Amino acid sequence: MLSYLGKRLVGAVFVLAGLSVVIFLIARVVPGDPVRMALGPQAPQAVVEDLRKQLHLDKPLHVQYYYWVSGAVRGDFGISLMTNRPVTADLKEYLPATLELVLFASILHGLFGLILGIVAAAYSDSWLDNFVRVFAYIGVTTPGFVFAVLFMLIFGYWWHLLPVIGRIGYGVTVPPTITGMMTVDSLLTGNLPAFADALKHLILPSVALSMGAMSQEARITRSSMVENLNKDYIYMSVAQGIPRRIIMRKYLLKPSLIPTVTVFGLGCASTMAGAFLVELIFNWPGFARYGITGMLMKDLNVISATVLVVALCFVVVNIIVDLVVAYLDPRIRLQ
Amino acid sequence: MATAEPLLDVRDLRVSFRVFRGTLSVLDGVTLAVRPGERVGLIGETGCGKTTTLRAIMRILPREARVGGGQVLFAGRDVLSMNAGDLSAFRRKGASLVFQDPTAALNPVFTVGQLLDEVIKYSQGRAMPAKERRAVAAAALRDVALPDPARILNSYPFQLSGGMRQRVCIAMAIGVNRELILADEPGTSLDVTIQDQILRLISDLVAKRNVAVVLVTHSLGVVRETTDRVYVMYAGSIVESAPVKELFRAPLHPYTVALLECIPKLSGERISQGIPGSMPDYLHPPRGCRYQPRCPRAEEGCAAGRPPMREVAPGHSVACYRVAAQGGEDR
Repeated sequence: MLSYLGKRLVGAVFVLAGLSVVIFLIARVVPGDPVRMALGPQAPQAVVEDLRKQLHLDKPLHVQYYYWVSGAVRGDFGISLMTNRPVTADLKEYLPATLELVLFASILHGLFGLILGIVAAAYSDSWLDNFVRVFAYIGVTTPGFVFAVLFMLIFGYWWHLLPVIGRIGYGVTVPPTITGMMTVDSLLTGNLPAFADALKHLILPSVALSMGAMSQEARITRSSMVENLNKDYIYMSVAQGIPRRIIMRKYLLKPSLIPTVTVFGLGCASTMAGAFLVELIFNWPGFARYGITGMLMKDLNVISATVLVVALCFVVVNIIVDLVVAYLDPRIRLQ
Repeated sequence: MATAEPLLDVRDLRVSFRVFRGTLSVLDGVTLAVRPGERVGLIGETGCGKTTTLRAIMRILPREARVGGGQVLFAGRDVLSMNAGDLSAFRRKGASLVFQDPTAALNPVFTVGQLLDEVIKYSQGRAMPAKERRAVAAAALRDVALPDPARILNSYPFQLSGGMRQRVCIAMAIGVNRELILADEPGTSLDVTIQDQILRLISDLVAKRNVAVVLVTHSLGVVRETTDRVYVMYAGSIVESAPVKELFRAPLHPYTVALLECIPKLSGERISQGIPGSMPDYLHPPRGCRYQPRCPRAEEGCAAGRPPMREVAPGHSVACYRVAAQGGEDR
């Protein structure tokens, strides 16, 4: 298992190295002069040239890449042209909010996707199964931002059950920044009212965000369990007189979980991507708005850094997924 | 022994499959009996319902299958109407099925040790400490001639060869004491020499432990050597049953005759042409005798109704209108 992890990590380094080249190039291939856009049309040419030099934009691409990548490995992504601050400082401020949202959404879709799938499989062809099926169809086909607007309308505007804007309400003592995730920080400092309030703010955006992945996972779990239910090895267990609940929980679930875990990884990725729109709708101060504005402004360092962070998240999730799959499936672990 | 109460008594078992095109009546009244310790062969073409028969006995038919009638009496009690508890006891202590394809029958994500352990845990009438169960599991592997049981217990099925997997399956079925083993073409997916070893292993084990066995196989040679009595099945019902020697010496049903003629003989100058035609369509089975469209001896009366099983000689029954009573064929 350890050597398997080692192999994955080495692979991840290569993937990241390749990605860094692509990301670097994409940011620079986008048309438009970032320096001119940052300084405005009125700025004198000399000032523009100066800033260009300062940003190494006058150098050939490979030299630029060297500057950028040697900074990036030290966690220095350069200065943002739009905020005039180091990109790293900006990320520290905005990223935790997004991570909190995505992590919470991923826990939700992982957990409830699995539960819905298992229930649908255990009671396949019953009304419960049909309910899950319809729910999952809707979840798969509807984009997250539609749910976001819908939830906002129902739970915020009509029923006044949950807050629909921001991460924490006015008048609530904001916990000090430790991880940057409101719910975690308030718990760490023992500030329960703040935790409850932060959690309330988190519910609608994360549920809206998790619907798509949850539905995918429910569908794949159900179908793989129902398919495996017809496998000889399950009939074999039944024919041995092993109780049904043990067969379902152990002999059916373990092999059936493998596709679910893979889809869960993809779900985490789509959650991260979906977060951009959901954040805008719920006015969630995550790095989605930061990244999008950066792209529109052609702020090179912001674009490269945000995309690289997203890529890094994918790589980490993929390693975790691979490890879980390897744990579940000895054919992968031992070959 | 011939007078003993049957251990397994299948009576007029009917199983159909509901598929998109309609209803396939696959088992059309299967009747067979196995006495304690008896070795019974079940032969017939692929698709004649042998596997369905065994699975119906274990009650592990797929969802689309329906048992349309009949009884499966095991030690006098009907398996088909058992409640969950009795059914589980029947499977744990009464009968066990050796699947045709060992690769498909072993759960790929558990070790042999884990799989065997679970079987032992539930087949024993008492709680057994884990260490003792492991010893039982190792002994079961040794019984099926697997060397180095400790290593195999820690192996996953994919790490073993096909023959070893089949032995593991047999250990799971026979390793814990049961009264009846249903062996569904064990080893058909393996090469011929391994298959032979497997069949011999099963017949040795059942002989040693005095366990009854229903051996489904295509290998007529093995049937001849290792079974006491043979049932010949065609298109969902038994067409002939006889003590093995008698069947090979004097087959009566035209289908049995044709089947036995398919065995290539070393002394023969020609290779058998096989049986012309193919298995009937279960969606629209032929009227009357299901073999009648392929039968060289069929006449008009054969399509009129199902020929009943008649005992034509002691222990020798046949379901054919064209076979006269009291042995001998009316050729």
